Amino acid sequence: MVRILGFLVGLGFVGVAAWSLLWGVIAYVGDPPAKTAEHRLHEEPRNISYSFDGPFGRWDRQQLQRGFQVYKEVCAACHGLNLVAFRNLSELGYNEAEVRAIADQWPIQVPSINPDTGEPATRKAIPADNFPDPYPNEVAARAANNNALPPDLSLIAKAREGGAAYVESLLTGYHAAPAGFEVPPGLHYNPHFANLNIAMPPPIAADGQVTYGPGNPPATRAQMAHDVSAFLMWAAEPNLERRHAAGLWTLVFLIFGTILAYMAYQNVWAGRKH
Amino acid sequence: MSFPWAEEYRPKNAFMRYLDDRLPLPRLVYNSVGGGYPVPRNLNYMWNFGVLAGLALVIQIVTGIVLAMHYNSNAETAFTSVEHIMRNVNQGWFLRYAHANGASFFFIVTYLHIFRGLYYGSYKAPREMVWMLGLVIFLLMMATAFMGYVLPWGQMSFWAAKVITGLFGAIPLVGEPIQNWLLGGYAPDQPTLTRFFSLHYLLPFVIAGVIILHIWALHIPGSSNPTGVDVKSPQDTLPFHPYYTAKDGFGAGLGMILLAILIFFLPNYLGDPVNYVPADPLSTPSHITPEWYFWPYYAILRAFTVDFILPAKLWGVLAMFASILLLFFLPWLDKGPVRSGRYRPKFRIFFWILMLDIAVLGWLGGLPAEEPYVMASQAATIYYFAHFLIILPILSAVERTLPLPLSISESVLGGEEAEAPPTDLSGTAPAQA
Repeated sequence: MVRILGFLVGLGFVGVAAWSLLWGVIAYVGDPPAKTAEHRLHEEPRNISYSFDGPFGRWDRQQLQRGFQVYKEVCAACHGLNLVAFRNLSELGYNEAEVRAIADQWPIQVPSINPDTGEPATRKAIPADNFPDPYPNEVAARAANNNALPPDLSLIAKAREGGAAYVESLLTGYHAAPAGFEVPPGLHYNPHFANLNIAMPPPIAADGQVTYGPGNPPATRAQMAHDVSAFLMWAAEPNLERRHAAGLWTLVFLIFGTILAYMAYQNVWAGRKH
Repeated sequence: MSFPWAEEYRPKNAFMRYLDDRLPLPRLVYNSVGGGYPVPRNLNYMWNFGVLAGLALVIQIVTGIVLAMHYNSNAETAFTSVEHIMRNVNQGWFLRYAHANGASFFFIVTYLHIFRGLYYGSYKAPREMVWMLGLVIFLLMMATAFMGYVLPWGQMSFWAAKVITGLFGAIPLVGEPIQNWLLGGYAPDQPTLTRFFSLHYLLPFVIAGVIILHIWALHIPGSSNPTGVDVKSPQDTLPFHPYYTAKDGFGAGLGMILLAILIFFLPNYLGDPVNYVPADPLSTPSHITPEWYFWPYYAILRAFTVDFILPAKLWGVLAMFASILLLFFLPWLDKGPVRSGRYRPKFRIFFWILMLDIAVLGWLGGLPAEEPYVMASQAATIYYFAHFLIILPILSAVERTLPLPLSISESVLGGEEAEAPPTDLSGTAPAQA
C-alpha cells in the first residue's frame, strides 16, 4: 500500500517537474535568455595577495598605518567605521599618546549633551569612543550624496565576495564605460561593482593624494588602494592574527592527540580481526 | 537489551555498589556506551559519524550557551551585539566562529551518517524506529539551524526569515495566517527575532531528548553492520568499550581537526558575505540563498516553475517538504530483505547516482535561479523523486542480490580458523588469536 501510494506521489512530483522542465526547455530554445550587461561586463575581483593571506598570514603594521591614513584623509569624510574604537588603533602600532591625539583631533565629533543645558551637543572623541559617523542620520547622508548612502566600512572587507581584493579592485577599477554602454547621470562606471554603475566618484584619483611619511613606499594610486584595503580587512577582522596563531597551536595539539588516539585504537584492536 | 551475552555491569567498589542499588545510572551508561553493549566487530569508519554528530551537538550547546550570555535579541542591537562578541568579548571570535562552523560540521557529519544508513540499509526492519527518530532529529536540526541563522540579524538572516516563512504562505487558505503567526507580524521584526531566539535555545535540548530515544531504539536490535547480516553469536561482536570508544576517539580527533581548520583558517568560507550587512527591510539582496546545508532543498523548491492544477510555488513547497518526509516511508518503499548495498549490485549503482544527484542539487541550490541552472535542477529533482518513489520500490522487488555471508564472523575471518570469542568482555585483555 505504501509502495502504491508512494508510486503515485512519485509520479506526481516527477510529472510536474518534467512539465516544468519541458516548458523551461521550450522557452530556452525558443527564446534564449539574452545576456544582461551585468553578465557581460561584470568583473570578478582581481587576484591580489596580502600579508594576512594563508594560515601563517600576519598584519603588516606599517601598511595598516598607511591604510588608516588613507581612510582618514580620503574615505572618512563620507564613510563611517562605527564598529571600531579609537583604542583599537593601538593594535596598528600607535602608542597611547598617539591614539589619544588621533581621537582628540578627529574632524567629526561625538554626539553628546551640553552639561549645563542638557541640549544636544558634540564633544571631542576619546580613545574609548567608536569612530563617530560622518552623518547624523541616513537622510543627511543621502542628502549630501546625491541620494546614495555611503556604507559604513567596519565590515566591508567581509561583507563582499572577494574581501579585501574586492575593495582594492573596486578602488582601482574605474575606467571609461565601453562603447554603447550608457552610464546614468551622477553615476560612475566600474566593472567590479555589482550593477556596474557606482555612485561613488573615484576616491583615489591621483598619485600622491595622501602624503606618506618617510620610509614608506611612494603613495601611488595602486599603493594607496592596496594599503586601505588591508586596513579595512583589519577593521573587519581585528582578531585575524590571534586567530591564526591560536589555530596553529590548536592544530599541533589536535594532530598530536589524534596520533595518540590512533595508536590507542590500534593497540586496543591488536589481534582482533575486523 | 540487545544480546544475551552482553556483559553485566559489576560495580568495582563499595560506593558504586551503593549507587547502583539506588540509582543505576552507571549501569545505564555501561549498558549504553560501555562494556555492556556488544557491537558488530566489522563496523567500518562510516559508523563513526553518529558519535561525531553527538559531539557536534555538545559543541553547539556549550558554545551557544556562552554566546547567549553576550547576545542581544533586540532587532536594533542584535547585529552590533554579535560584532561586540567578535571584537570585545574575550575569545568571543572563537565562540562565534566555533558555533557558526560547528553548525556546518554538525550537518556534514549528519549527512554522512544518513548516507551511511541509506547505503547499508540501516533503515530496514527491525531498525525502522531508529531511522524515523533520526529523521525527527534531522528536522529539528534544520529548524534550529534556520532560526540560529536569523539571530545575527544580517541581510541574509532577515531575508531568509522572510523567504522561509513565506513558504508557509503558499499553502491555500490557511497559509497567510500561519505565516503571520510564525513571524508574529506581517514581516520579520522584533517579535520574530525574540521567538526565534527562544526556540533556538530550546530546540537543541529537544534534539538531545530525541537522541536518547534514537539510541534507546538502536539498542533493541543493536547496531547494524556493513554486511547487513544479523548478529548471531558472541563471536560476531565486541564490547563498545574499549573497542569502539577507542575507534571513536580517533574519529573524533579527525573531526576536530577538520572543525579547527574551518574555525581558525576558513571561518567565513561556508557563510554568505551578505550577512555581514545589517538587516534592511527596504533593500532586497540580489541573490537570496540559505546556508549550504539547505541548498539541495532550495534547488527542489525552485525547480517547480509552471502551474499545474496547483500554483507552481505550492508544488515547490510540497516537493521540498516531501523530499524529506518521504524518507520516513523508506523502510516500506524498499522492501528488499538484503540490507547492505554491498550485496545489491544494482542498488549500488542507483545509490551513487543519488549521491551525485544530491551533490548537483546542492550545487544548483547555491546558484541564482537562472537558466540553464533551473533546467538542471528540474532534471535533478526528477531523479530525486524517481529514485525513492519509483526506482527503489521496483528495484527491491526484482533485483538479484549477491549471496550473503553466513555470519559477521565468517565474513571477517574468511576461511580462517575461527577466533575465540573475547574471554574478558570488559575487553582489556589482549585477544587470544
